[in-house]
Amino acid sequence: MSLLSIRDLSISFDTPRGMLEAVRHADLEVPAGASVGIVGESGSGKTVLSRAAMGLLHGSNVRSTGTVVFDGKELTAMTRVEVRKNFGTGMAMIFQDPMTALNPVRRIGSQISEGMIVQLGMDKKKAMARSEELLSLVRIPDPGATLRKFPYQLSGGMRQRVMIAIAIACSPKLLFADEPTTALDVTVQAQILQLLGDLRRDLGMAMVLVTHDLGVVAGNTDIVAVMYAGEIVERAPTRELFASMRMPYTEALLKSIPKIDMPSGKRLQVIEGRLPDPTDRPVGCGFAARCMYVQPKCIAEHPPLIHDGDDHLYRCWFPLEKK
Amino acid sequence: MAGSGTAHMRDSEDVILAVKDLVVEFRISHKHTVQAVSGISFDIVKGETLAIVGESGCGKTTLGKAILQLPPPNSGEVIFDGTDLTKLSREKLRAARTSMQMVFQDPISSLDPRMTVSQLIDEPLSIWDRGNSAERAEHINKLLNDVGLDPDIVLNRRAYEFSGGQCQRISIARSLALEPRMLICDEPVSALDVSIQAQILNLLQDMKDRYGLTLVFISHNLAVVKAVSNRIMVMYLGKVCEVGTPDAIYANPAHHYTAALIDSVPIPDPTRSVPTALLQGEPPSPVNPPSGCRFRTRCPAASERCVVEEPQLREVAPGQFVACHHPRS
Repeated sequence: MSLLSIRDLSISFDTPRGMLEAVRHADLEVPAGASVGIVGESGSGKTVLSRAAMGLLHGSNVRSTGTVVFDGKELTAMTRVEVRKNFGTGMAMIFQDPMTALNPVRRIGSQISEGMIVQLGMDKKKAMARSEELLSLVRIPDPGATLRKFPYQLSGGMRQRVMIAIAIACSPKLLFADEPTTALDVTVQAQILQLLGDLRRDLGMAMVLVTHDLGVVAGNTDIVAVMYAGEIVERAPTRELFASMRMPYTEALLKSIPKIDMPSGKRLQVIEGRLPDPTDRPVGCGFAARCMYVQPKCIAEHPPLIHDGDDHLYRCWFPLEKK
Repeated sequence: MAGSGTAHMRDSEDVILAVKDLVVEFRISHKHTVQAVSGISFDIVKGETLAIVGESGCGKTTLGKAILQLPPPNSGEVIFDGTDLTKLSREKLRAARTSMQMVFQDPISSLDPRMTVSQLIDEPLSIWDRGNSAERAEHINKLLNDVGLDPDIVLNRRAYEFSGGQCQRISIARSLALEPRMLICDEPVSALDVSIQAQILNLLQDMKDRYGLTLVFISHNLAVVKAVSNRIMVMYLGKVCEVGTPDAIYANPAHHYTAALIDSVPIPDPTRSVPTALLQGEPPSPVNPPSGCRFRTRCPAASERCVVEEPQLREVAPGQFVACHHPRS
């Protein structure tokens, strides 16, 4: 059984411009210990989906249908207090911007130990000692001194390591990483991704990696879900997906990435146009207006999610040929 | 690495910009100085795209701004089209800057939120009194068309109504308004999505051809740089590590830092093995940089000599220069 299973989840926001459908009929399973990537452009709904899966979306303007089951318990039926008990020990999250996610006026040590004191009932001294261990686990040099520092005294990469230390402090079963390396340099990105991979293996933790970069998911996930205009448009085991993309959007996304091994001065392939307006979704396929292979049927009818065996799902009337 | 030297400078009539021994330092207290750019030299030939690559804090943005005298460097020369910009009077410098423009990283915050698109692009034109209002309006329409925006739709809107990619198009149109000869692009695509990034990179390439521009392209992403540049200069902690053509540098990085940067780029292919020999740690503080080669504290090949002697740039292959005592072969 999966650790996290999202079934037919739809999330809308009631806005002055009308209902904004951020996520539509999403299905996703995260097996225990696995790493699942969610890939998409800005506005594709990937962050809303991951926040909903954590039970972080509340408010009078949020409309959601469908279920999220985590570790045998239905998250969507829980109260906010019950969901909160789950944080740290069940799920934890690291965010994109390590500069603003940390509290600027509290020392690193107190921020890391907070979760252990609240969720695990540890005493302060023990939590602080454990915090020091965690800092060395995330490979921060001189963890003892870092405990007494404030976030502004650390670089972006170091702050993201602190965020990871906070997230893993109560040994969660599932870690959500929402664009964990987007704000960082390539060299630091490589270090952080390697660290997350090592921690995941050592602690037996599952991970959901949300990113816009197919390059980041390629080496760091077991399963990839590609989102477009609020829907999961393709989902497959990572190797299978990269070996044989069926959805024209995924292929176009891959082709638009500048690759280090391509000849220099070559023109990049682009996806013309933009995502459709989320308050006014097209009737047919969301990608039809930008798709190279568009047919009349794509504009008239919404494509269902099709299984092609090999755990590969896609949402396209005229998929690319299987390789 | 991270040495000085001028071996890579070219003696050609086509050199449009030559920077010699540029030093930019910022005093942060009466005792401490940030050595942001420490004696860098380079040149750009007309029509070329020079990419300046390095991690955050290596001084690449400071270098880009110092070319425009924003702020003026502490020492060194910036010779643009035969004139040393560091020696110009304020008024002459202001005039000289019209032929060099800058495109910034964050497209949304670099546009005045209270101005409409037509005001934004008109501003440089009206300051320099280029044409009457009808001629200017026509020029603005042409610029917007060139960057792929429909003037009828965008002219009276403000920056907040646009996406990041569209704002970057507006910034590019604005920077081209005075018909500059050189464009300095500081991380122009790093705030954008991959699909939009490709659109903007192609647009810059088109504008370069159409307006006969010379580009300085500042970025931390080597894959992006490879796609757009003719020459690459790798920087580390205020010094130059390696200079060469993209193909030479990617095929045979001579500097250990360049090799580490190339290895760090994620490759969208799960069958490739993940790099194991990653660069450890982070760059040291530019307030108190290491002696000798500034990269030695993170370099796998560092020796005694690297502590005491600063490496100078030298040619290791035709057109490829490296500042390292123990280059990779």
